[in-house]
Amino acid sequence: MNKIVIIVVTTCAFLAGIAWEAGVFLAGDRPDYRAESEALPPSPVEAAPAVPAVSGPATDPGPPPRSAMPEGPFGDMVRKGERIFTHTRDEASAYVGNDLNCRNCHLDAGRYEKTAPMRAAWPKYPAYRSKNDHVNDFAERLQGCFMYSMNGKAPPRGGEIIQALEAYSYWLAQGTRAGEKLQSKGFPAIADPQQAPAYDRGERVYQDNCAFCHGADGQGQRAADGSIGFPPLWGARSYNWGAGMHHVDKAARFIKAAMPLGKPTLTEQQAWDVALYINSQERPQDPRFEGSVTATANRLHQHGFSQYGKTVNGRVLGENSPPAGTVP
Amino acid sequence: MTRIGATASMLLLAALGCAQEEAATAQPLDTLLQTCAACHGPEGQGVANYPRLAGLGERYLVAQLEAFASGQRENAIMKPQAASLTAAQRQALARHFSGLSVKPSANTGFTNINEAGRQLAQRGRWEQGIPACVQCHGPDGTGIGEDFPALAGQPARYLQDQLEAWRSGKRAGDPMGLMTSIARSLKGEDLAPVAAYFASLPAVTESGHE
Repeated sequence: MNKIVIIVVTTCAFLAGIAWEAGVFLAGDRPDYRAESEALPPSPVEAAPAVPAVSGPATDPGPPPRSAMPEGPFGDMVRKGERIFTHTRDEASAYVGNDLNCRNCHLDAGRYEKTAPMRAAWPKYPAYRSKNDHVNDFAERLQGCFMYSMNGKAPPRGGEIIQALEAYSYWLAQGTRAGEKLQSKGFPAIADPQQAPAYDRGERVYQDNCAFCHGADGQGQRAADGSIGFPPLWGARSYNWGAGMHHVDKAARFIKAAMPLGKPTLTEQQAWDVALYINSQERPQDPRFEGSVTATANRLHQHGFSQYGKTVNGRVLGENSPPAGTVP
Repeated sequence: MTRIGATASMLLLAALGCAQEEAATAQPLDTLLQTCAACHGPEGQGVANYPRLAGLGERYLVAQLEAFASGQRENAIMKPQAASLTAAQRQALARHFSGLSVKPSANTGFTNINEAGRQLAQRGRWEQGIPACVQCHGPDGTGIGEDFPALAGQPARYLQDQLEAWRSGKRAGDPMGLMTSIARSLKGEDLAPVAAYFASLPAVTESGHE
């Protein structure tokens, strides 16, 4: 008897739901979400928002707000981790060999869902990585960031830097499940390029859209107080030939999602072209270099998205690389 | 004959143009600076709601004078001033003000830090894809390079007016339309707090806090 009541009630509720949806739809009366936020003055933005709205996975509420950081020793470690994340060169200077900070690629202190958020990274480990052909835990994954993206050295396991970054990532990931693949992991996928990415087109995209901040020579700009204003994209002070970002596909996805900062409006083809251009410049050597660019390229860079070992403008990329791991 | 006449006319016009240019350039910098000082102060530190020019990027200042002259940046006071200047004068004025150091008195003297403004300035609002102001204007709003002006210590009213001008299109010509895009993503209620926050920060020169 009870079961029948439940079924009837559930069915009625379901039908009512459909009817409400249909009613709303037919009446063309779907509530306007914009009514809740203040209307902008008349401007082109009404027709086409300049900054596209973020459409995240409906099931994931995202990381907790910063205001929810706990008090006490654990909270202190979370805050320490956030500080290292945003000021890596200052807080982990013995392990950083270039002019980058974690937040340069993981925007909003590792929170922005379109730029490899730490919330999505945390539940993915431990995991097998073909990059080093064994199972990596989260600490080892973080060490890899320092060796490659930061062109530095691995902070020790169990040391405060790794522990603090783990605490920060763990805190950002609360509510996720072990092994969960959040939709926000990595950088959002983009379509394959319609035309093969081209250096010359990429150079034009770069000069028109990137050079104003990162410099015509890609070396970035310092702020008035001497800190890194806009990070260098190639050369001795940027990520090295072993970093994930040196892969043209990964850089294209990051650029499409995030650049130019605040107005990511490049087309997919432009993102591919400029990613190829940026990643066809010299940068610090791959830390796994074995004394020969050809041998290193054959062993590590045969996946099609690396320019390492290829000849661009008459020079073999990797042959003139500044050294890897240049911690001051 | 006609061709010779036309050529002669062109040469004459060109000569006149040069003469005018020279005459204008000949107007001494000191005379021009007196006009600037009326609103921006004798050392370019800003007065009341008129902004500080001292220490801003030379290229930025030239670009602003050009934008005032062309009307890309609408301003009833600055338009005739800027339009009357030669390119060389704009350059000379920009170099002069860019080279002046920032005085501590340029800080408008706020003591309360505006928390809502600080959030937007230091963190942005990435749920809506809005970067932190300091990502382009430097930590604590002290500027980056020649093109990204310092906001720290500028008058709150001035900063708010600029955000409104970017939103309404009265200020345009920003590289890649970045500032227009960001200003239009902001809510009306964001403008006053973020302007107050930067106004409350100490102005510094490139050599650090004065």
